[in-house]
Amino acid sequence: MELFWLAISTIVIGVFGCVAWFWGSNWVLDRIYPARGPQAGDNIRKANQIRPWLFLGPAILFLTMYLVYPVIDSFWRSLHNANGSRFVGAANYTWLAGDAKFRESMVNNMLWLLVVPALSTLFGLLAAQLTDRLKWGNIGKSLIFMPMAISFVGAGVIWKFIYEYRASGEPQIGLLNWIVTQLGGEPQIWLTIPGWNSFFLMIVLIWIQTGFAMVILSAALRGIPEETIEAAILDGASPLQVFFRIKVPQIMGTIAVVWTTITIVVLKVFDIVFVMTNGQWGTQVLANYMYDWSFRANDAGRGSAIAIVLMLLVTPIMVWNIYNARKEVR
Amino acid sequence: MEGMAGQKSSLTWAVNIAAFLLVLLWTIPTLGLFVSSFRDRDQIAQSGWWQSFSASEQTGFVRSGTAADQVQDGPLYVIEGQATPEGQRLIAWGTSPRNPAQYRPGETADLGDGATLSVAEDGSYRMTSPQPFEMTRGDRIFVTTSAPPSFTTQNYRRVLTAEGLGRAFMNTMTVTIPATVIPILIAAFAAYALAWMQFPGRALLTAAVVGLLVVPLQVALIPLLRLHNEIGLGKGYLGIWLAHTGFGLPLAIYLLRNYMVGLPREVIESARVDGATEFQIFRRIILPLSFPALASFAIFQFLWVWNDLLVATVFLGNTREQLVMTGLLRELMGSRGGEWEILATSAFISIAVPLLVFFAMQKYLVRGLLAGSVKGG
Repeated sequence: MELFWLAISTIVIGVFGCVAWFWGSNWVLDRIYPARGPQAGDNIRKANQIRPWLFLGPAILFLTMYLVYPVIDSFWRSLHNANGSRFVGAANYTWLAGDAKFRESMVNNMLWLLVVPALSTLFGLLAAQLTDRLKWGNIGKSLIFMPMAISFVGAGVIWKFIYEYRASGEPQIGLLNWIVTQLGGEPQIWLTIPGWNSFFLMIVLIWIQTGFAMVILSAALRGIPEETIEAAILDGASPLQVFFRIKVPQIMGTIAVVWTTITIVVLKVFDIVFVMTNGQWGTQVLANYMYDWSFRANDAGRGSAIAIVLMLLVTPIMVWNIYNARKEVR
Repeated sequence: MEGMAGQKSSLTWAVNIAAFLLVLLWTIPTLGLFVSSFRDRDQIAQSGWWQSFSASEQTGFVRSGTAADQVQDGPLYVIEGQATPEGQRLIAWGTSPRNPAQYRPGETADLGDGATLSVAEDGSYRMTSPQPFEMTRGDRIFVTTSAPPSFTTQNYRRVLTAEGLGRAFMNTMTVTIPATVIPILIAAFAAYALAWMQFPGRALLTAAVVGLLVVPLQVALIPLLRLHNEIGLGKGYLGIWLAHTGFGLPLAIYLLRNYMVGLPREVIESARVDGATEFQIFRRIILPLSFPALASFAIFQFLWVWNDLLVATVFLGNTREQLVMTGLLRELMGSRGGEWEILATSAFISIAVPLLVFFAMQKYLVRGLLAGSVKGG
């Protein structure tokens, strides 16, 4: 109950504080440069120069403190030893280069990068196209979209009920092993099969991300001008040809956006690996490895170095996004 | 879909079936969790959840009564009792482990020396012998029974009261609500400035916001934790609220700015001409008109904070009192992986709130996704 009041009072204080800042600082500004009197024009001009910064102030403060400063600080820490007491130059990075677990994480991250965005986009496109003109299409879409609202941890539990293993001969309570045994195969401990186990983790993320891809691509498909499709049909194109030759090329831009967005999710994938295998059996990924070094081994230097590697991997997409956003503004 | 007339119906069928399969494939995992959360531990351990809708067969044995339980019935000594658990139907029974289903219900087995055993349809057994029984340990009676499908809400009662989930639920609420409300206000003002005010550096700031959208959280963890410790915040709710506010701001500003830019220029210009201050324009015109975008972001942030594990683990600590639901689930998965009924029920409770929000506010969620699909968690 105490907690409840703490939360309520924080909301009140937070909201009230924000309002007080925006309202109060505006009020002060209007007192200093009143919009009347002999210098009214001059005052308005001056006030209008300052006002944007009052509106932006808290946001800039937060962004700087919680996103910009940490990037710089992480980089600086990555050049130091475990507790930050000694400057070690690039030692953490050279250590990374020779570390087998780091290489495993990189390889896995690359696999995730190849598989998850591709399959999520593919299934999303398929789902968007299939449900597009069905009477129950919207319900179907909702159900495919639903996993997006589920936490990665919740998804981990959900998929535990799919992947669970029982020795051959016992009743299988994992759906996948039950199907396999019904077909006459041997039950497998899916999450420990080297090389393949990463794919079973990827399926969880694909399951979550497909809905997102579907929603965006479905809107894009609806935005395609009807005439182009009608013209193709008149020319005798089959439904498949219409889809691949007419529709897909026209939504390539959207596919790229979906692809890069999922790519960023994938680069940072943490919870799924953390709760399902914790990086054992060759499933380690960068984000989880970073967590291991930072908060289990308490080595801020190496942890930060891994975080900076993640940052570098994200950077090309960041640049591409900024480039596209600026193009739109113009 | 517009094929020739004859092909059309078969193609429509194919599309319907394919779509149905896809939807089924995507729904089954969640359905499995939902069904499992209503089964007790033995049921979960003995059969898959997909078999829970049909009667399940089980084989086991019970021990008959001992010599102490016998009563005399005319010339016979008799031991009577119940061989099947309450509510289960007897299918077959037997007296030896090698052939546990040798007899039908109602049949009588010869135990030698004139002794007999019969198990009736209703599961009651009757053991008779012309001489007094002398065993001190009951004989084994093997029974194959069929239990009707049964579901229980016991798991929910147990989890909510005894397993600390109620506490974790409150913790999650406490983290989520302020972390959703506060960034909205800060972002709304910033977005208005970026969208409708003229000042040098505006384009640069907008680009910076787009860039910050994709910064991996991992980079921020160690520096911010140290920062919080240095300024005396330590691990606690205030720290996690601030952290979520900071991490959520780029998406908030980006979504709101994109929406506000599209508002009709005339309305704002005419208000300015009429002498309204920027603050009045923001409060009276921009905020009400931007409601859909505000709702979109609120849902995003709510789902994201509610479902977050990493930020909570790092900024809130991991004692039993501090755990949020994702953290608790993780702990249950690790330390008590065998207690499926607890795991399934806890997981379902933890995803129930986001699912409710999802289905109730899907419209705004979709709109928000379409407006700015750049953020990646």
